[in-house]
Amino acid sequence: MSLALTTFPSAKEVSAALKQGGARYLGGGTLVVRAVNEGDIATSAYVRTNDPAMSGIDVSDGRVRIGASVTMAAIARCEDLGMIRPAAKAVGGPAIRNMATVGGNLFAAAPYGDFAVALLALDATVHCAGGDMDIDGFLASRDDLTERGIVIAVSFKIPEAGSFRFLKVSRVKPKGVSVLSLAAVIDTGANGNVSAARIALGCMADRPMRAVSAEKALSGAKLTKDGITEAVSVIGSGTEPLTDAIASAWYRSEVLPVHFGRLLLD
Amino acid sequence: MARVPVQFRLNGEDRAEFVESGTTLLHALRDTMGDISPKGGCHQGTCGACSVIVDGELRLSCLTLAESCEGAAIETTAGLGRDGVLYPVQRAILDGFATQCGFCTPGMVMAAKALLDHTPNPTREDVIEAISGNICRCTGYEPIINAVLAAARSNSQNAG
Repeated sequence: MSLALTTFPSAKEVSAALKQGGARYLGGGTLVVRAVNEGDIATSAYVRTNDPAMSGIDVSDGRVRIGASVTMAAIARCEDLGMIRPAAKAVGGPAIRNMATVGGNLFAAAPYGDFAVALLALDATVHCAGGDMDIDGFLASRDDLTERGIVIAVSFKIPEAGSFRFLKVSRVKPKGVSVLSLAAVIDTGANGNVSAARIALGCMADRPMRAVSAEKALSGAKLTKDGITEAVSVIGSGTEPLTDAIASAWYRSEVLPVHFGRLLLD
Repeated sequence: MARVPVQFRLNGEDRAEFVESGTTLLHALRDTMGDISPKGGCHQGTCGACSVIVDGELRLSCLTLAESCEGAAIETTAGLGRDGVLYPVQRAILDGFATQCGFCTPGMVMAAKALLDHTPNPTREDVIEAISGNICRCTGYEPIINAVLAAARSNSQNAG
């Protein structure tokens, strides 16, 4: 079955169109067209926009702004975004990366959405047609279009060199669906102790989540095997991992501390 | 369902077609335009059997709407062989016994072409990465990887 596609000139207009039941925003198509192909009868029409605000990457004044329509492949190619390249390259195979967009990844349910995990760790701001939101708030209410409208772009402060870490755990290399994914921005002071930590987990809930207990436990700690012991012991706090064809919830819970330790020490 | 006009260049030939709004490029190619080289496998973006090249980039035709390709240059496996001469990756796949049921082959060939167009002398790791979105369930990946590397060597020798 095919569904009519309508193109709107601006993000505000397409946001209004989306409030009509059944319309779904079409970005790269890797989520929406897939759902329709699988028989998603809730979708009755595709809408999209060619608003120029949604394309392009801007790096200036220590911040990065990435349009919602920018693909994972474009991010991976961007020389200014080398620190986040591993997260962009973690998404699918080459064809998927040529299609999957930043905006779409924010809506990908676990076990997908690896790039959104990185954005959560980077404390990104999500720029929507209805205003800006911090990514924590956005992810908590991402299915509610009533106020925010569509995503136009994301932006984040460029982290200090070496402070951003990303790890995707999968059973098939080089492309495989996530058992789990981890991202963190860890700043250290002059004494080598952790001065600030922001840690995000993928596949440990239905959407990317913060590891708040581990962040607190890591504060002031040294990044040594002994120094991270407490943080590793609480990394699973508050998680509700899913069971799917890739891994069981039990398995994900068991391996999370191991990979978190590697993320911190490797 | 409304039909919409779409114009694009398919394997070097200008095409103007009417397609149902919202139809996928895979359906448009196979059902409307008679190019059955892209295969409909999973329709989920997982198997890669429907891979085509759109404006130089590998894409999945099962997840791409035909309308979104307005004005684009589309390449499929059907357009690769010219005047009875196979594209080097096709030749290498035959020579290297790198196909059994053949269902994945068109997608593998397009993934390999997308790689070789940008990276004429790939490493083995480059090839593995390039075909990582394409699933084969009978040939096994080793003969395919070797075929792509052989095609690259063949291209390199011919260019030299």
